[in-house]
Amino acid sequence: MACISPDGKPTESGTKLLRALKSGLSSAEDIAQDTGLPLFRVRSGLRELAGAELVIEKGEGYELSPKGNELIG
Amino acid sequence: MEEVIRLPRLGESAPDFEAPTTHGTIKLDDYKGSWLILFSHPADFTPVCTTEFVAFAQIYPELQKRGVELLGISVDSITSHIAWVRNIEEKLGVKIPFPIIADLNKEVSQLYGMVHPGQSKTETVRCVFIIDPNKIVRAMLYYPLTTGRNMDEILRLINALQTTDEHKLATPANWRPGDMAIVPPPLTTESAEERLKQGYECADWYLCKKKL
Repeated sequence: MACISPDGKPTESGTKLLRALKSGLSSAEDIAQDTGLPLFRVRSGLRELAGAELVIEKGEGYELSPKGNELIG
Repeated sequence: MEEVIRLPRLGESAPDFEAPTTHGTIKLDDYKGSWLILFSHPADFTPVCTTEFVAFAQIYPELQKRGVELLGISVDSITSHIAWVRNIEEKLGVKIPFPIIADLNKEVSQLYGMVHPGQSKTETVRCVFIIDPNKIVRAMLYYPLTTGRNMDEILRLINALQTTDEHKLATPANWRPGDMAIVPPPLTTESAEERLKQGYECADWYLCKKKL
């Protein structure tokens, strides 16, 4: 489940993770439960989104970066 | 000088890795808290491996019910893996739902001792590593290139390991869920005496079974 496509935009799964963060979820565990995605996919996806500067690691969880927030609207 | 490769051993931490897969880059740490079956196959687009992938996909729902994830690995490229899983879906009607590592440089294969030169110098043999939620290697199976793995045994092994963890019991030969399990042997003569009074089914003091 790559979350970023070669053109740098989030894939469908990436968008799902960004929306989960937008809804206020923060931890990979909560996002996995909410989205129904396996935990390993959520963890690897969030890491990839962080690499693309769309999300920021914060403590034990993640939050949208200004760039991610702008993208998801 | 001959290269010495250290294999993972039961009860030790599984070697960490970060690798490209058909589902993006994955680290072993991503599976922390879940059981993981890491399994290697010799090559994409080969007949025995194709039957195994179909079989792994078929037991995947049962594995998920037990909190187990699957992760395949071979020394083929991502492009080859993608083409192969698409071919399996097209020709055999089975979607492969789990990721596959593209281990082109054999980095992960070497860490796990998956290349056995006596079988093939270039391909991974059919290995299965069962890794628990704490990243400990709990079981290993090695099959030769010519023999497809037995999914019933893999499921049975998962059931047995999880039963052992839950009940602190061992499982006898050919154990299946619902069968009686073995009470660990006593460590003192006193507990050997007491054991015979505890209502277990005992052939003798060292071989006692109980229902779960």
